[in-house]
Amino acid sequence: MAKKSVPMAERITGEARDIHRSILAGKKPSMRFPLRSLQNVRYRPEVGYFELKGRRKERTLTVGTVKTFAQTLRMLSLSKDLVDGDDIATKREAYYVSKNWGPARFDDQPESDTVIDDIEALFSVNREQLGFIPEEKGGEVAGRLVVIDQDRDTGKTLRIDCTKFGSGAYSIPISVEHLKFETKARFILAIETAGMFQRLVKHNYWKRADCILVSMGGVPTRACRRFVRRLSDEKKLPVYVFVDCDPYGIGNIYRTLKVGSGNAAHINEYFCVPQATYLGITPDDIVDYKLPTHPLKDVDIKRARDALKNDPFVLHHKAWQAAFDKLLDMGVRAEQQALAKWGLNYVIDTYLPEKLKHPERFLP
Amino acid sequence: MAQRSQNRRGAKAAQKPSAPRAPSRPASGRRKGKKAAAQLGLFDTAVSPEKVLRRTGPARSAPAPDATATPQPAESETAPTVAEPAGEKPLSARRSRTKERSMAELLAAGQREISVSEFFTKNRHLLGFDNPQKALLTAVKEAVDNSLDACEEARILPEIEVVIQELSENRFRVRITDNGPGIVHSQIPRVFGKLLYGSKFHRLRQSRGQQGIGISAAGMYAQLTTGKPVCITSRTRADRPAHRLEIRIDTRKNEPERVRDEKDVPWEAPFPTGTRVEMEIEALYRAGRRSVDQYVEQTAIANPHATIHYQSPKGERVTFERLTQELPPEPLTIKPHPHGVELGALGMMLKDTRARDLRGMLVREFSRVSDRVAQAMLQIAGLRPEAKPRSTKPEEIERLHRALSQVKVMSPPSACVVPIGEELILKGLQKGVQADFVTSATRPPAVYRGNPFIVEAGLAWGGSLPGEELASLYRFANRVPLQYQQSDCAITKAVMDTDWRNYRVQQARGALPTGPLVIMVHIASVWVPFTSESKEAVARYPEILREIRLALQTCGRRLAVHLSQRRREAEEGRKRSYIETYIPHIGIALKEMLRLDDKQERKVVETLTDTLRRSRATV
Repeated sequence: MAKKSVPMAERITGEARDIHRSILAGKKPSMRFPLRSLQNVRYRPEVGYFELKGRRKERTLTVGTVKTFAQTLRMLSLSKDLVDGDDIATKREAYYVSKNWGPARFDDQPESDTVIDDIEALFSVNREQLGFIPEEKGGEVAGRLVVIDQDRDTGKTLRIDCTKFGSGAYSIPISVEHLKFETKARFILAIETAGMFQRLVKHNYWKRADCILVSMGGVPTRACRRFVRRLSDEKKLPVYVFVDCDPYGIGNIYRTLKVGSGNAAHINEYFCVPQATYLGITPDDIVDYKLPTHPLKDVDIKRARDALKNDPFVLHHKAWQAAFDKLLDMGVRAEQQALAKWGLNYVIDTYLPEKLKHPERFLP
Repeated sequence: MAQRSQNRRGAKAAQKPSAPRAPSRPASGRRKGKKAAAQLGLFDTAVSPEKVLRRTGPARSAPAPDATATPQPAESETAPTVAEPAGEKPLSARRSRTKERSMAELLAAGQREISVSEFFTKNRHLLGFDNPQKALLTAVKEAVDNSLDACEEARILPEIEVVIQELSENRFRVRITDNGPGIVHSQIPRVFGKLLYGSKFHRLRQSRGQQGIGISAAGMYAQLTTGKPVCITSRTRADRPAHRLEIRIDTRKNEPERVRDEKDVPWEAPFPTGTRVEMEIEALYRAGRRSVDQYVEQTAIANPHATIHYQSPKGERVTFERLTQELPPEPLTIKPHPHGVELGALGMMLKDTRARDLRGMLVREFSRVSDRVAQAMLQIAGLRPEAKPRSTKPEEIERLHRALSQVKVMSPPSACVVPIGEELILKGLQKGVQADFVTSATRPPAVYRGNPFIVEAGLAWGGSLPGEELASLYRFANRVPLQYQQSDCAITKAVMDTDWRNYRVQQARGALPTGPLVIMVHIASVWVPFTSESKEAVARYPEILREIRLALQTCGRRLAVHLSQRRREAEEGRKRSYIETYIPHIGIALKEMLRLDDKQERKVVETLTDTLRRSRATV
């Protein structure tokens, strides 16, 4: 996937050499990182994801930055070790490794995560290429799908039938590049909450709708996004997204799945699902289905306003601006589970079938 | 009315002491007088001012209802004048005539009776004896303040010993010894055994004597609570033995009773002359802001020319050595200023003056009144300059009184007010408070209602002071610590009104600042205006508030400079250690990635350290 022309270890050494040279020249060394925020991405509808605008922050070694600079270099060195030794470390493990760095250690994992993300962005690679793997769970899958994996030890092909997990589900692994798929399903349904996923699995909804169910469990992980993307690309399946109707469900979960995030903009190209569309719950659904609601919290309102102002994706789609405006006007939010007002299986018997009759009405 | 009759008797009695020109201890007597008379004023007011006035006749024309703000002489002259009809000369004249006499005699000259009552038994709360804890403080304070005043008047560097002994949980023996001029034998009974006897009251001069009612009130308190008489030992000359008296007070007659009278006793104190006062009182000892411990500590700060030995009820002994060998300059006695005089006082002055006409009287009796100014005042008042002062009618007095404030008059002379001085405040704070930084400011003299005053402030920051608490506020009036009624005091208000955040000090809205801070404010004046008879808080005159604020601001600015310097240094230090801490890790990381040898690694660290140092130097 990323530019692999030069081996990773070589690129790391190159960066270190530059720094070394500039130190010996009596200069203050610096590293240039792409700015990882929504401000530095542009939405490209023709390819369907957030792309870096190229703004960079320069971390020059000064008295104020010497600690972070030292930590970044030590993390870089750790990464080189991992790459050289074909080893991996979770982000948490990397954090613990730093505990051996004396005063340069990290006090909290978020600090070390940020440094890892910086390095990742510096080389525009996926962190797995640097030897760092995430701790996070990838998401769950159930339905008409056979995942073809390999046994690490024997190299034997493993056929994993996702219809055969009963009331359980298949867990998406952290790395999905080597997986192959077999399916006759008509579409993929990506679901925000584990609760809703459980309901649909329990009642074998995938059988009835002839689909693959994916539980994202909040904002989808990179592995989850990549899995859905590859599955959808290879099997030409549409992806429908079913989340809560609130600024978080729309602006964070759905948007990240579809076009990626500002934070990981350098790899969005691979970690997004541009073909995804928004099934529900839409602001209109709240009215149409007379759903019980909760008032928007202050953070919701702030998030919605922020999205309307700064999110390039929302700024591009009039439909989404209208949806956010409507949400703010109503001042309420509704959860997926709110459909239970009409009966526990109303979502299976009525809501989803009705919605699925008109995919063309899904929000972009 | 006990009040009135006492007054009469007191007045008559006043003739007696005019005879004994024996040397005496000035401080206590005067003090007592001043305070007690002020209280009398209050008492009168409370009962029925008009009645009292009418019955006491024209001489006592008008002690103004707000006795607090009245410059003393107004009332002070009342009693003596009635009592001493013709032959007695005005105080000032007497004093000049007695210049060549011995110190003790000279001091005795100023003492006479003012007025008297059973006042104390009924109103001990007004005199600082409202609760046992405060009683202990007041008793010590009265004695120490007296001792200091006496030493200073006799131009002796004060050395004072305070010993408090706990006899039982609520009974204490208090012993204060000074190296003052001593008190002649014949004066002792009246000085210690009679209320309202003294001379400080009769003049406009800066002294401590505005705090309590005097040692005799403390004695009376002792007598009331323990039944024990006060014991006074004194020696007036180094070559003579000391005398010792035990005194009770006949509270109804206001006359001293000698329980015991010994002429030749050994003088145990290591001073050539001096006085020792001992009494046993019912009291309560507690440490803290209002304790005797604090009083002694703060007194040492405000009186850097005094050495004070202190033994607490817990038996701890501590000595506060004097920080200077120089006595503060002697404050001058001044005449009243026309802008500050009360109507009643003016009436008295008209009666008492030796001037033959009104113009002469104004020039003679007031400070800063020239012929021309007097002329202008009389013109406004519609009075003839040649008129006889004594025959001025009440409504004319009133007109004249109004006229006094309508003419512009130079500010009163300020040599009558003696500050502690910036340098000595600094020394005092450095010694008394373990702080990192101290500063002080003495304002130029200012005037409120015709009374000159000087405000001084000092700040102590850091060191061993507690950091998370409100600042400690040390208030002083004429070098005497004020430990009660902090919230009513002009000083407190001015401190709160100052925006300490400007000076990098935390402060909650409407509160004292927070931090390792001691704030000291001293007001010196011939007449410090207190809010009430208990003389524990300074009244909020705008001029006074303003001066306090200005003094605090001066100190605050210096503190801010110090603090930002401190902060800069800390920041510097932090950054320097930052470089030293983290650069080696850059060396390690590069060494690992580029497989450098140790020498190359060292080179990286050295070069980089050097580069950063240089770049910081240029910043």
